[in-house]
Amino acid sequence: MKKTALFGAIALALSVAASAKEWKEVRVAIDATYKPFTYKTPDGKPTGFDVDIANALCAEMKAKCVFVEQAWDGMIPGLNAKKYDAIISSMSITEDRKKAVDFTGKYYNTPSRIVVKLGTIKNVPAELKGKKIGVLKGSTQEKYAKGELEASGAVIVPYEAQDQVYLDIKSGRLDGTVADSVEVYEGFLKTADGKGWGFVGPILNDKKYFGEGAGIAIRKSDTDLRDALNKGIKNIRANGTWKKINDKYFNFEVWGG
Amino acid sequence: MQFEVIFEPATLKLFGQGILVSLKLLFISVTIGAVLSIPMAIMRVSRNKWLSTPVWLYTYVMRGTPMLIQVYLIYYGVAQLEFVQSNWDTVPLLIPFKDALFCCVLAFTLNTCAYTTEMLAGAIRDTNHGEIEAARAMGMSRRQLMWRIVLPSALRRTLPAYSNEVIMMLHGTSLASTVPALMDITGAARSVYSDFYLPFEAFITAGAIYLVLTFTLVWCFKLAERRWLAYLQPRKA
Repeated sequence: MKKTALFGAIALALSVAASAKEWKEVRVAIDATYKPFTYKTPDGKPTGFDVDIANALCAEMKAKCVFVEQAWDGMIPGLNAKKYDAIISSMSITEDRKKAVDFTGKYYNTPSRIVVKLGTIKNVPAELKGKKIGVLKGSTQEKYAKGELEASGAVIVPYEAQDQVYLDIKSGRLDGTVADSVEVYEGFLKTADGKGWGFVGPILNDKKYFGEGAGIAIRKSDTDLRDALNKGIKNIRANGTWKKINDKYFNFEVWGG
Repeated sequence: MQFEVIFEPATLKLFGQGILVSLKLLFISVTIGAVLSIPMAIMRVSRNKWLSTPVWLYTYVMRGTPMLIQVYLIYYGVAQLEFVQSNWDTVPLLIPFKDALFCCVLAFTLNTCAYTTEMLAGAIRDTNHGEIEAARAMGMSRRQLMWRIVLPSALRRTLPAYSNEVIMMLHGTSLASTVPALMDITGAARSVYSDFYLPFEAFITAGAIYLVLTFTLVWCFKLAERRWLAYLQPRKA
């Protein structure tokens, strides 16, 4: 009888300890190939809009952010394998992903666009027939390209990282890409390699593919972390920190509709 | 466990195409590699320094660097050279470099050819001295000696080691999944992994496929050894 009571007390103590877990340290996964949202400074430090948002949210929670690098196609399995606690790396909130993980509300929302060499293609997707379109493996843009562009004859080539897409555009192996409009502008179109390339077709924000903006992914069991991060997003939006980070990278607001 | 995802028609098709790509890569690179390795092995054992040194250098470099690096160098590295970029739409020799399959086959062929050359060269050096003396006594020229005695015997004796090389190459073809446009068995598994977030199911399926392919290859080589190496088998009582 005594023993049962003791075990009961221990179990109770453990469960209390578990539920009241203080997030002193949040391990944040990033894919640092996504300028200007997530990239690295020349000396190898993670930086960008996502990273600054992550640091601001950790500051709100009085916790420390530890950044973990992860290739894009393994992001969600890695989260569920507890290699890190949150993904703050421009991940769109989609129905498919919600089956595997939980999301906070969005912290920004920018549309995607198709990018091709200017003057070569005017009507999308009809003129994309036979063209090679590079996309990031496991991205919303890949799902869109396979769902909408492949039917009109475009060849969709999935890459491990978005910067490899730009390498193969530069080398002439690809005829275009589908990417986040801001990322592709800052990471490619604005650079010397992107000269002569530009957007074609309409703004892409079909909820079926692109979801409702970029959110923070967390494990379904970590509801306390989700609530803390949601509170953090609300706070940094209210106290001007979000705006400050926004203005550091963009001359327009990426909060979106 | 959600293995039902693996048995959906779309996923099965993905793996089916993956098997074809992997086997195609293996078959082309191993065949070309084997054919090229014969003259290279003969050069490798030559007493003429001008013949043996280049081959020595080639096998030394290819065996001394990981195949992944070779694939990266040929697919991404070569493509970044200004000279290549400005010419590969026009110069016939450079056009294939635009193609992912060609880059992979080239890397795999260069790699397997180096290993096969060294194996074969070893077997040539190892030829029983008595056989060579006998051939000389019969009045064979050096060319006849190589063609009639040394090579046929060396090729047979290389067979067990070579079967390992082919199996290693089958496993090596998984590196093709690092080249974007190629969807081999590993590539198919990675695609399932990133689409359904099911690492275990995806990779266990790929592993099972490689296992079946490996055992088929081992079995084929067993038959070949029984046929061509029968004279080296212990005599049955």
